[in-house]
Amino acid sequence: MILNPLVIILVSLVFPGVIALTKARIAGRKGASVLQPFFDNIRLFRKGNVFSTTTSWIFQAAPVVYFSTVFMALLFIPLGKQPAIFSFEGDFVLFAYLLAFGKFMMIAAAMDTGSGFEGMGANREAFYSLLVEPAFFIVVASMALLTNHTSFYDLFNNLHIESQLSYLIAILSVYIFLWIAMVENSRLPVDDPKTHLELTMVHEVMVLDFSGFDLALIQLANGLKFAIYGSLIFNFVLPMQNYFAAQLVIFFVVEFIFAISVGALESFRARNKMAKNAQWIISLTALAILGFLSVLIITGKIILLN
Amino acid sequence: MLFLLFSLVLIGFIIFLTPAKYQLWLTLLTEIAIMLFSGMLAYRAYSAQETVKIFVSDFNGAEVYLVIDKISSFFIAVVNLIVFMGLIYSKGYLQPYQNKKSKTEFGLHHFSFILLHLSMLFVLTLREGVSFLIAWEVMSVATFFLVIFESEIQSTIKAGIQFIIQMHIAFVFIIVAFLIASITTGEPIGFESLENYFRTQPVFPLFLLFFAGFGIKAGFIPLHTWLPHAHPAAPSHISGIMSGVIIKMGIYGIVRVLTFIHTDLYSIGLFLLIISFISGILGVTLAIVQHDFKKLLAYHSIENIGIIGMGIGVGVIGLAIENPTLAVLGFAGGFLHILNHALFKSLLFFTAGNIYSQTHTRNIEKLGGLIKKMPTTAFFFLLGSVAISGLPPFNGFISEFLIYVGLFKELHTGDLSLSLVLLGGIVGLVLIGGLALYCFTKVFSIIFLGNPRSNKTEHAREVEGSMLFPKYIIGFFIVFIGVLPVFVLKPLAGVVSVFTPDVSALTDIAPSIQGISVSLGVFVLLIAALWFIRKLATKNKTIETGPTWGCAYTGAKPAVHQYTSTSYADYISNLAKYITGNRKHYKPIGKDELFPEPRTFETHTTDIFEDYMVTKPTGKLLQFLEKIAVFQTGNLQHYLLYAIVFMALILLLTISNLL
Repeated sequence: MILNPLVIILVSLVFPGVIALTKARIAGRKGASVLQPFFDNIRLFRKGNVFSTTTSWIFQAAPVVYFSTVFMALLFIPLGKQPAIFSFEGDFVLFAYLLAFGKFMMIAAAMDTGSGFEGMGANREAFYSLLVEPAFFIVVASMALLTNHTSFYDLFNNLHIESQLSYLIAILSVYIFLWIAMVENSRLPVDDPKTHLELTMVHEVMVLDFSGFDLALIQLANGLKFAIYGSLIFNFVLPMQNYFAAQLVIFFVVEFIFAISVGALESFRARNKMAKNAQWIISLTALAILGFLSVLIITGKIILLN
Repeated sequence: MLFLLFSLVLIGFIIFLTPAKYQLWLTLLTEIAIMLFSGMLAYRAYSAQETVKIFVSDFNGAEVYLVIDKISSFFIAVVNLIVFMGLIYSKGYLQPYQNKKSKTEFGLHHFSFILLHLSMLFVLTLREGVSFLIAWEVMSVATFFLVIFESEIQSTIKAGIQFIIQMHIAFVFIIVAFLIASITTGEPIGFESLENYFRTQPVFPLFLLFFAGFGIKAGFIPLHTWLPHAHPAAPSHISGIMSGVIIKMGIYGIVRVLTFIHTDLYSIGLFLLIISFISGILGVTLAIVQHDFKKLLAYHSIENIGIIGMGIGVGVIGLAIENPTLAVLGFAGGFLHILNHALFKSLLFFTAGNIYSQTHTRNIEKLGGLIKKMPTTAFFFLLGSVAISGLPPFNGFISEFLIYVGLFKELHTGDLSLSLVLLGGIVGLVLIGGLALYCFTKVFSIIFLGNPRSNKTEHAREVEGSMLFPKYIIGFFIVFIGVLPVFVLKPLAGVVSVFTPDVSALTDIAPSIQGISVSLGVFVLLIAALWFIRKLATKNKTIETGPTWGCAYTGAKPAVHQYTSTSYADYISNLAKYITGNRKHYKPIGKDELFPEPRTFETHTTDIFEDYMVTKPTGKLLQFLEKIAVFQTGNLQHYLLYAIVFMALILLLTISNLL
């Protein structure tokens, strides 16, 4: 139980490094060590702060609250047979809404600087997270319908009991979660963190004015967010494996593959046109609805004529 | 009864005669007396198993009782709390009007205030038809006088008249519905006659009539058109009470009618769910494009009525398919959201009142950076914003959570259509939540953060204590329900038991509620600890200040080069342009125009429902009436001619035996 957050935190520290290294290798560069982002954060923690005179306490409180929400979300994640620290009926609702609270504060903090660029990023963040939220809930709803349970732990552990068809749902859900993770972390194809133009950024432009301790908190939280989505994906593909050590190995492998695929995706894919993003994100919800329909078929609510 | 009327008239006289300064204290005393008395009765009804029944008098040949069951006692508690907070808030808010308004105007305001409170309590307790309708009517009229307090402003009067007209349309629906029930069953007019009517007659048509009547009060889309005008026009303490409790009287009416319906519940539940879904999503969409912050909050009331309606709709569906879990969680979520919305919406309107009293504008495009000048107001506005977006650890989350759990748990029961309906409910709640977050990040940021956008904010300073005091109390409840929801479960179980005796679903969910409390407790501690660590870590570090990083462009004007409310809302107003009627007026830059001349850019948004249901029909009617006005020439000879023609006509008709 207590191990879940520890291993996820461990993964989160190297996750951004693995993405960066993958991208570097694909681009033909040697690349920095996977621990480089972690060292960067350590250095940031030791630095002082620069605050804009326009900002208020919202700006200083936001990183703390944001990190806390992500950290709390982490405590809701079960890993295979290991239940989460907090597990109850409807825990995924609290999980999603906690993350939303963090977003609320970060958006407010970006607006607090009074910068047009940061306002733009904040606005996009609010809009995209509004569009992506239904996909998450519909995927969870299909799982709830399939398993007749309503907590993360029960959902994942009962997913593959009834019928082998559930693997279809798992694959589709993993695909959707992969893209949800990309949107939530503002990576390609919605946003390109390595772009040089503030006009086309989302996350990166929102944190323009942060420095020192606050910036380190935000970056740690971003890494955690990736690791959290990785562990959700792990839970989907988890074969019914009872050996703890084997589970642990599979967990690290899944997270590693996830990080490498993010890096590979970012290397080979171009960013969407900003105006196309809304449509693209809504298509995730459409996919999720497809998943729900297939669960309706599996559970016999839609009866297909042979 | 006579005694009550007599004392009411007496209080009225005294209020009108006392100087404006002391009227408030007199009102306060009266209000406390009313609150204590009604609160006592409500508590008796809450703690007793049976409903409390008090004989009042013979009236119009029928015996009138005050009947207080658990639903009434719940509503009474909400009404008393919010009304009292509003009255305390009004002390500071009305201060600037002391010199502008006469003693009589203040008297009218305060007397209407007491009348409104009393009539609401009577609406909640009377079951006999005629007396209920009188109380309902008194409530509307009292609200009207409260709304038009600033009657020297023309738009206020207009909003007030629109309000009173729509309330009377609602009144007609309700009275017709009661009459149909009474005539068909042969029983005296009143709620009691509905029992027999609904048992023997088709349920849906009569319910629809009641829904139209009560729904206008509650503000379901498309019956909402009075709300966005009356709320901004009213003084802020009244807006808070109006949004917090007056529109809930419509919900009460619907709920009360529902208690008598036992057949055909599925279609009613589905109808409620669908119309609430529409109200929720369109309400918040229309809210996003507003610039007037009180109008924006008014549209948010429509959204929250939608959430309440969804809870109740889910509950009714649960009753229909005899699924106690769905019924209990739906009703519990809906009822809790009634209380929650009353809390955070009155808080938001009261803080909006603070802003208006300091800046004298309701246009958010003129504001900005107020957090530095009004820190306490800003804090409470933020609290209200987060709570209304349904985010933890505040109360809005708890009510939505109850509905969510009901929906998720029962997805597998029933047939295909039910699963799809419940999924629709989930998607609705998610979308409403996301849009609310979008809207409140906008309104909070534009008003309080960044740089001032005009000189309106120059003289703003924090308001006086009496305007802040109610906010502490409301804020306490918001956090209390959010972190320790276990304390509201028992009262909720009582209210829900009116609909379904088996409320074990609420005990089944206790582990979740406990889990929420514990995890949110940890969350709060984590924030505090992290804040402390941050303090320690940055203690000996250099803290520099400087201008905002302008991406290497240093010529930016702080007031101008910021995100505005319009630009923030642009995504949504484009996405929903058929609802918001978003229009942009500008001259595009031509191909050969190498040195563009100065240009202007304007955007307009409207409410499509108001356009097609109120503005256009009344416009057509006016056109027609103007055509008739050719007869009104102002010439005495013509009028005499009309009289002669009329008499000749009468004569002719009499002769030919047509009359």
